[in-house]
Amino acid sequence: MEEILNIKNLTKAYDDIVVLEQVNLTVHKGEVVVIVGPSGCGKSTLLRCINAFEEIREGTVSLCGETINPCREKLNKVRERIGMVFQSYDLFPHKTVLQNMTLAPVKVKKANKKDAEQEALALLERIGLSTKKDSYPRQLSGGQKQRVAIVRALMMHPEVLLLDEITAALDPEMVREVLDVVINLAKEGRTMVIVTHELAFARAVADRMVFIDCGRIVEEGTPEEFFENPKTDRLRKFLDSFSY
Amino acid sequence: MDTDVLISYLPGYAEAFFLTVRIGLIGIAISFVLGIVSAFCIYFKIPVLRRVFNAYIEIFRNTPLLVQLFFIYFGLPKIGIAISAEVCGALGLGLLGGSYMAEGFRSGLDAVALSQTESALALGMTKSGLFFHVILPEAFTLSVPAIVANVIFLLKETSVFSAISLMDLMFTAKDLIGLYYNTTEALFLLVVFYIVMLLPVSIIGGIVEKKVRYKMFGN
Repeated sequence: MEEILNIKNLTKAYDDIVVLEQVNLTVHKGEVVVIVGPSGCGKSTLLRCINAFEEIREGTVSLCGETINPCREKLNKVRERIGMVFQSYDLFPHKTVLQNMTLAPVKVKKANKKDAEQEALALLERIGLSTKKDSYPRQLSGGQKQRVAIVRALMMHPEVLLLDEITAALDPEMVREVLDVVINLAKEGRTMVIVTHELAFARAVADRMVFIDCGRIVEEGTPEEFFENPKTDRLRKFLDSFSY
Repeated sequence: MDTDVLISYLPGYAEAFFLTVRIGLIGIAISFVLGIVSAFCIYFKIPVLRRVFNAYIEIFRNTPLLVQLFFIYFGLPKIGIAISAEVCGALGLGLLGGSYMAEGFRSGLDAVALSQTESALALGMTKSGLFFHVILPEAFTLSVPAIVANVIFLLKETSVFSAISLMDLMFTAKDLIGLYYNTTEALFLLVVFYIVMLLPVSIIGGIVEKKVRYKMFGN
């Protein structure tokens, strides 16, 4: 299977504090990798290292065989190819839903505005928000904002999509609508790296689970073995902390 | 109040009104340019210039306009630079206003959330695209109330122009009172002309504020 993302011996540190140590991870085309772990373990930092929001101390991140962190070419060229969605949605508040979606394709990829709008409308249709195309972000619910943020990232046709705790700021009843969008993307064969605390969702969407603790990958495997037969004590304890 | 007196005073006040508005507007235009340039230099942490503009802001924000005008009007000729009272008034107002405008624009720039920067960069936008399409429009929207307040404040500050012999509204009122002792009529017209000057600014400012803020805040 074609290799999309390859993280080799990645070490990330802030001065003396090592937050990620010797992380190795490969993501293949169409694969959905879900990363879980306790708060502060370095999951989000790992995602941020992938699209070079963070400088790394050692190791490399490569996208389709090209080294992207440490990066030699222009960072914005690399980031065009990696979609990222954040916990806080971060839609542009002064632009409508449609403008939010077409801004980057038109300005960055020099796409034709009409074509970009057509594509945006088709994507909105798919997530059931076509009636909101001219609304401003403040007029949307949290779940709607996050669904727009996901399709806004898709507008750039990224080779891999990074989702950083995208439901962490949502009310429980809105989590579902957002996760359904992600599950559909997984079915379409999108390559994704997801950080989440929603274990049920993780199990449903993941091709491979990764458990990070204290900056290291402690365990990885298929969702079945990961949830049914955790090999390490630390993962077992972590999973236990979710059940009552 | 004597209506005949009021009517006879009108031409003098009208002349003073236009002078005040003219110098006021030129001063405010200068303050916009100075404010934007200083805010950008400070926001982008441009070496040297950022310190220069910070010092400028602190000096002009923390001294009264009257003192600044005295320095410009009486001080500059001493080092061989002679400028007319009108230029002096506009310059003084512009320098004072620039320091206020700079802080207004800078607070808007600083108020744009860092996460907006990251989400724009994550979409592959360049730094200039990020600045012109995301940060600047948001910052402008956030600064509008401060900018409108500054404009009104600066127009009111013109009332100290009389100290450097500019025949503005205040000067006219004091002059007429001194000549004829019709204090009530003179002060009444003074208030009326200031309100005529500032009420429209206040109303237009409110409309602009509503228009640009509506998108982001809905009110």
